[in-house]
Amino acid sequence: MNTWQRFNNSYFFYSFKRDPVAIASFTIFIFLVGISFLAPVVAPFNPYDTSTIDIMDSELPPNWMEEGDDRFILGTDIQGRDLLSTMLYGLRTSVIIGIGAVLFQAFLGIIVGLTAGYLGGKIDAFLMRIADIQFSIPYLIVAIIASAVFQIAFGVDRFEALALPLLVIIIGISEWPKYARTVRASVLGERNKEYVEAARVIGLNRRLIMYRHILPNTMTPVLVISTIQVAQAVMSEAALSFLGLGMPITKPSLGSLINAGFEYVFSGSWWITLFPGILLVLFTLVIILFGDWLRDVMNPKLYKG
Amino acid sequence: MVGHLLEVKDLEVKFALRFGDLTAIDGISFILDKKEKLGLVGESGAGKSVTGFSIINLISKPGYISGGSVTLDGVKLNDLTDSEMREIRGNKISMIFQDPMMTLNPVLTIATQMTETVHAHRNVSKNDAMDIALDKLKKVYIPSPEKRLFQYPHECSGGMRQRIVVAIALLTNPALIIADEPTTALDVTIQAGITDLLSELCETDDMGLILITHDLAVVSQVTEKIAVMYAGKIIETGLTEDIIKNPRHPYTQGLIGSIPGTQEMGKRLTQIKGMMPTLTDIPKGCAFHPRCDIGEQICRETTPLLESVDGEKRLIACHIAGV
Amino acid sequence: MEKNNGLLTIKNLTKHFDISGGLLDQLSFSNGKISRKRTVVKAVNDVSFSIQPGETLSVVGESGCGKSTLARTVLGLYPPNSGEIYYRGDRIDTLSSKEMLPYRAKMQMIFQDPYASLNPRMTVARTLEEPVVFHNKSISNDEVQKKVEDVMEQVGVDPKWVDRYPHEFSGGQRQRISIARALMVDPEFVVADEPVSALDVSIQAQILNLMMDAQEKRGLTYLFITHDLSVVKHISTRVAVMYLGTLCELATVRELFDSRRHPYTKALLSAIPILGERKPKHIKLKGEVPTPINLPPGCIFHGRCEYVNDRCKEEKPKIRVLDSGAQVACHAVEEGRI
Repeated sequence: MNTWQRFNNSYFFYSFKRDPVAIASFTIFIFLVGISFLAPVVAPFNPYDTSTIDIMDSELPPNWMEEGDDRFILGTDIQGRDLLSTMLYGLRTSVIIGIGAVLFQAFLGIIVGLTAGYLGGKIDAFLMRIADIQFSIPYLIVAIIASAVFQIAFGVDRFEALALPLLVIIIGISEWPKYARTVRASVLGERNKEYVEAARVIGLNRRLIMYRHILPNTMTPVLVISTIQVAQAVMSEAALSFLGLGMPITKPSLGSLINAGFEYVFSGSWWITLFPGILLVLFTLVIILFGDWLRDVMNPKLYKG
Repeated sequence: MVGHLLEVKDLEVKFALRFGDLTAIDGISFILDKKEKLGLVGESGAGKSVTGFSIINLISKPGYISGGSVTLDGVKLNDLTDSEMREIRGNKISMIFQDPMMTLNPVLTIATQMTETVHAHRNVSKNDAMDIALDKLKKVYIPSPEKRLFQYPHECSGGMRQRIVVAIALLTNPALIIADEPTTALDVTIQAGITDLLSELCETDDMGLILITHDLAVVSQVTEKIAVMYAGKIIETGLTEDIIKNPRHPYTQGLIGSIPGTQEMGKRLTQIKGMMPTLTDIPKGCAFHPRCDIGEQICRETTPLLESVDGEKRLIACHIAGV
Repeated sequence: MEKNNGLLTIKNLTKHFDISGGLLDQLSFSNGKISRKRTVVKAVNDVSFSIQPGETLSVVGESGCGKSTLARTVLGLYPPNSGEIYYRGDRIDTLSSKEMLPYRAKMQMIFQDPYASLNPRMTVARTLEEPVVFHNKSISNDEVQKKVEDVMEQVGVDPKWVDRYPHEFSGGQRQRISIARALMVDPEFVVADEPVSALDVSIQAQILNLMMDAQEKRGLTYLFITHDLSVVKHISTRVAVMYLGTLCELATVRELFDSRRHPYTKALLSAIPILGERKPKHIKLKGEVPTPINLPPGCIFHGRCEYVNDRCKEEKPKIRVLDSGAQVACHAVEEGRI
């Protein structure tokens, strides 16, 4: 039985096929990620290419409205960029930051959680207290201080170039304790199981036992929280960008687009904020719905064969 | 007509699953009289617990009773409404489980749990309920019951908890007790006490007992009758002594032969090859034929019926050994 | 008990667990004073015995008597608090985990729960290959495959299933795979911790037969931990009875079942349900097992023993070797009162 057949016959795939919410949310998610990464191909304009931008086109409403222009389906923003294209590029930035931040969180959190859970004792107490302290500091404060420091240190120009990796690190650092706690809890459940004892009887060293035997068995909850964490990270990024601490408007993410349009809402240009807002809500919503389904399926207590 | 205490006839239980219905209990019948003790024996997956639950109509979804009847004291339980059934469940039938903590609520005192049960079924004053509780605790030989009443389950040892569960089962003076592996989780020295207690209570309180267990040795000490189950069917039933001394069905023979301690030390045990089929792939014909040493062509094609041999008392379902 | 004549010898082995938790949990306030109190579970206390090559020594006792802890301490999974462990005359309890490696290949373990003893994320092939490759880094891939196939055949699992995961097997088959893993490194000594308790009767017989076959073919020595006295009677050469972390009696299986001495052994054996024997007169023990946190002084069984006298309440009985070779720790036996 090969892997594909195994997957095809699995309970996991079976319940996926039977759950319309899961199918819909997963399809929309894949579609959004797909078109955002294909943005250079599918987007009508390249918002990064200043030669295509005409300031005369600025603040045009969507094309179905009276003053709309057929070239710009969802209208243009304040700089005259096509809003649809900008949103697609913006979603790509948001997705990269979201997934990057989650990978970074997971990396830190898994190492800390695994070490704390398996070694126990004083190391455990020390690492988990650090996690508690980290957790008790709101990420906005961390982000504000960090970006302020970096902006001063690198200058505003360099900062704009470094904004993306910086956001990944800031969001990553503020959320790793979630992974550390989840992994630690599940390591505590696994480490006294007999297969771990069997590995010790064989004589395997701690590192092998931790990484080869225990780690793969703690991955289910990690996978489940990862979906929610991606949504969370995308929203964090949007919030930071909205506060002007995130992506610069020259390389907009969804958050910076919403922020940029916000000033013009009262002058009637509601579309600059509304459409990126809807996209953000839709994107996080499908991730959370899919994550919910994943949690239900992966929970062994709910498992019915 | 003087009826039997319990009459189970052609009971059939199915589980509705994604790939269709699975038959968990495939037409089993037995009768039980007052003071009589029946052992329902089989390995895990044979359907013994499902039988226990289906008698009190407490099968959890996706299982359902798809045929047959259960008659208690002349009342057909299948026809009852939910509320009437609840009445029966508490008053006339009690159930004891393997894990006492399944019955006991860890955050309530034993007194609270016991009087609650009494109040639910009888209209008595608080003091009377307490007296009944105390009386039942004495009946199961709990030392200093007055003190125990006000303790929490975690303050008692495993054996003590199981005694309390038995006491709770007795609260409503049931006519029938269904005990599902009541001693499996207990140590031998405590186990012996519980089985003694159960047989004694049947005698003194005029109760019937269905003892569901995988342990033939325990059954042989307590019960008068045995029904051996395999893959959802009773394959041999009769008087305990007869079956233990002279098992007729090849599965029963194998089961008894595989108990260590009955044979010469260090010798290989009689083993039944293979294992019990899962409900999804019960073989055609006699469900036991792939593991059977004396099987013939007919066993692969036709399902044997439970028929009497050696007169009325002994029934077996086997084409070969039955003749 | 002379040193070094057995395959494995333990001397005065003691294992206590500190379960008092952090400093804050240990503090207690009473009589206006704050005091620090440690809670220690005394799981194994001063146990000595020697296992002869080729025999099956069973350790029996009720839950909480420390038999599983003893098994794990012998294998070095728990470091002992005091006492000595010798393997073929070499002391092994003081070795570092690196120095221990050569012994690891000789001593293996079979576990109780077939659902927890195999790593659910590893195929049978990976589970079985791991110990061989770990202990013999130079072994070729073909040799490993061959070995996996051989051992799987020996334990009665079809070698074509090597690429399956544990959840695709039944409990009995998993236990066979678990045994196969232990046999992969060709051990001399196998600790079996309740290997058949979680299995159905007919499967139990299959596994016991398999273990006896393996012993015969490979000359294995078993330390067999169980609470099931019928199994003990069937499989053991000698039996050690434990109560609350202490050894009560150690004798050959025949002697133990025919002429048991220790009052606890008597009660324990009388309680075994025997097939077809109605209403056996079992000895009812009074009271309950004390907690291993507060062990009673003197003989730990004195609170439940019908032969108790003043000496039992104060003085711990020592293991004494009787003429028959049986070892009993009981004042009453020593004084001839039983």
